[in-house]
Amino acid sequence: MARLSDLKLKYRLYMQAYPYRHIDWRPGVQLRKFLRESKIAVVTSAAFYSAEQRPFDPSVRRGDYSYREIPEDTALETLRIGHKSDAFDHTGIERDKNLALPLDQLRELRQGGLIGEVAKRHYSFMGSITAPARLVNVTAPEIARKLAEDEVDAVLLTPV
Amino acid sequence: MCHQSVGLVQSVIEKSGIPTASVTLLREVTERVQPPRALAVERPLGYPLGEPGNAAFQKSIIIAALKLVLRPVDEPLILDFEGPSGAC
Repeated sequence: MARLSDLKLKYRLYMQAYPYRHIDWRPGVQLRKFLRESKIAVVTSAAFYSAEQRPFDPSVRRGDYSYREIPEDTALETLRIGHKSDAFDHTGIERDKNLALPLDQLRELRQGGLIGEVAKRHYSFMGSITAPARLVNVTAPEIARKLAEDEVDAVLLTPV
Repeated sequence: MCHQSVGLVQSVIEKSGIPTASVTLLREVTERVQPPRALAVERPLGYPLGEPGNAAFQKSIIIAALKLVLRPVDEPLILDFEGPSGAC
């Protein structure tokens, strides 16, 4: 577990004073079937993108709020990483992208019968966003709409 | 700021009607962003699903997080990852 007090000074001061937002999602929704019958998608803030996609733009003031679709059959080693933050150690996700976007592990869980299906589309964005209005009002609703289109039953989200 | 970004996207998806669970590596931030369900994992920033190349560890975190969506939530839920578990 990381702690704010462990972060580099510039991040620590900023993140301790930052006015964190939250969204009232209540009432929550519950998965009404077994995981072994459920279609699962992943959303990660690891800023993965493919060679054919536009890279994330670190120059966008207060954070690039765009996202990339990652198809289920993507070979993870072909993905690039566009994360600008030096607040975390990148070497883990450079070695193994399953650490944040576990497509190989989801396929194995499906083969083992622990989950029903791996969704055909997953989503990646760059988490370093300090002004999240467009993330909340544009990006997240688009992702939610696509998840519904794909009849996803449950979503796993991974920050880095 | 990844933990705020993920928590906000998670909250929007949950509100749209799809159950969600996230991993958190920074409980202090997740407590303030208050997404529906989070699994607190004792790993450093950048390592949400454990260790690179350790498929068994990664899968045990994935399953523990996904089990959270079986729970109804009225208040934000943060549970500690207790290590590899049995069948789900």
